[in-house]
Amino acid sequence: MRAVLAGIAVVTLLFLALPVFVVLPLSFSASPYLEFPPAGLSLQWYARYFESPKWSGATLLSVEIALGVTALSLLLGVPAAFSLVRAEFRGKGLLLALFMSPIIVPYIVTAIAVYFLFARLGFVGSPLALLLAHTLLALPKVVVIVAAALKGFDRTLERASMSLGAGRLTTFYRVTYPSIRPGVITAGLFAFLTSFDELIITMFISGATAVTLPKRMWDAVRLEIDPTIAAASSLIIAIAVFILTATELLRQRAGRIRIPMA
Amino acid sequence: MRLGSLRPLLPLAPALVFLGVFFVQPLARMVALSFGAADGPFAHYVRAVESPVYLKVLGMTFQTALGVTLICVLLGVPTAWFLAGLRGRLGTVLVVAVILPFLTSILIRTYAWMAILGRNGVVNQVLLATGLTSAPLPLIHNTFGVYVGMVHVLLPFMVLPVYSVMTGIDPTLFRAAQSLGATPARTLRTVVLPLSLPGIASGALLVFLIAIGFYITPALLGGVGDVMISNLIEVQVIELLNWGFASALAFVLLLATVVIMLLFDRVLGLDRLTV
Repeated sequence: MRAVLAGIAVVTLLFLALPVFVVLPLSFSASPYLEFPPAGLSLQWYARYFESPKWSGATLLSVEIALGVTALSLLLGVPAAFSLVRAEFRGKGLLLALFMSPIIVPYIVTAIAVYFLFARLGFVGSPLALLLAHTLLALPKVVVIVAAALKGFDRTLERASMSLGAGRLTTFYRVTYPSIRPGVITAGLFAFLTSFDELIITMFISGATAVTLPKRMWDAVRLEIDPTIAAASSLIIAIAVFILTATELLRQRAGRIRIPMA
Repeated sequence: MRLGSLRPLLPLAPALVFLGVFFVQPLARMVALSFGAADGPFAHYVRAVESPVYLKVLGMTFQTALGVTLICVLLGVPTAWFLAGLRGRLGTVLVVAVILPFLTSILIRTYAWMAILGRNGVVNQVLLATGLTSAPLPLIHNTFGVYVGMVHVLLPFMVLPVYSVMTGIDPTLFRAAQSLGATPARTLRTVVLPLSLPGIASGALLVFLIAIGFYITPALLGGVGDVMISNLIEVQVIELLNWGFASALAFVLLLATVVIMLLFDRVLGLDRLTV
């Protein structure tokens, strides 16, 4: 019984890890087509990725949009998290549900609703439309992560600071913010990744002009399984590893970091 | 109400306005559109239920989601139990096998499965090279491919909540069970599983919830017949420009989601949605 269950677990874990360990070697393949294991190693797909304006342009656009999303979702989400954690009011549960709903509602539903809006405004194909739509998906994650950090914060520290003569702003910058900073950084990292990875809403509103990296990959995957996609995937996996490591380090230093699931 | 009592809520205002303009309002207009058919408010809905094609897609969506959820429970619970038993010693296994795929986009993972299971993919190359088959096996562009891809994407949503509940069980309970003569299998059945039930339930609901809205994996790994409701919505919007009918389908999907979410909140509480 025990052995059977452990066997299922090991096979499942191998199944989960398999794609990453296939995509990475494929991206270094010297062969002109998909060949596994690759007969020789080369950086040709990375070279093609960085040299092709189609790929590098899409990457640059994705980075720009993701940075904008990070800034906007922190700007909207951090103050909102403060109110949601600290203020007591009726209907708070409902408001929390509203803040979570963009990641609970199926993406295709949000995608067409937002697409109809931007199509009516003549906004399809604009990077700004993508920035706004991606912020919608990043905001719930920011709120959840920052709220969890705030819940673990001991407010007597603020009272101590103010009783010692510090004003509200000084107290925020010298006491509250340093304590929740790991949560805010994690929130920013997840906001960035959310936008950088987003495909479904992007598919509808990117048009022909605002082609992000996931959209570029989507178009390429449908035409041919070009190993350049493996190179692009490996780079995105590297970013995910970086974010994961950063989050783990922040978690070790500060605890109280929770990651939303969806 | 005095104005002063609203002050603590002021920081919420920008985010609320944003959600109102770019989320609530577009959704409301979409719902309105779904009831705006020329031949009566419910015409789009009637069409969805009367046409065997669309009804089949709806049935297919729920059937696939249910099947995928079942497989995720069967594979995910033993995996979470195994990982919990490692007690941190092999925490890296958890990170590499569960959390890293969890953070890697669905598109990349689906692409990986195309490279692994495709006609010229890794599996077929191995099978042909070893002479086990003489022609490539059709492993994608069929229901099998959809299941593999979806289970792979959704398993972490099953493993993580169950794992976190299992590591939270007081270990003295295991010792108590053992000292009273229970075998490991019996301890698992009478102590571990009942105590992990909230985690299993929340994982299964979450997997089902995400599964019914799947788009990318069925589009890339499925065959002609493996159309899920999301794929149908996309075709209606982009190719057939039938916004009203697409809105009706989307509203059905939205309602199904809301019902599952209310169930989730009633049984487990929404704060279980984090790890």
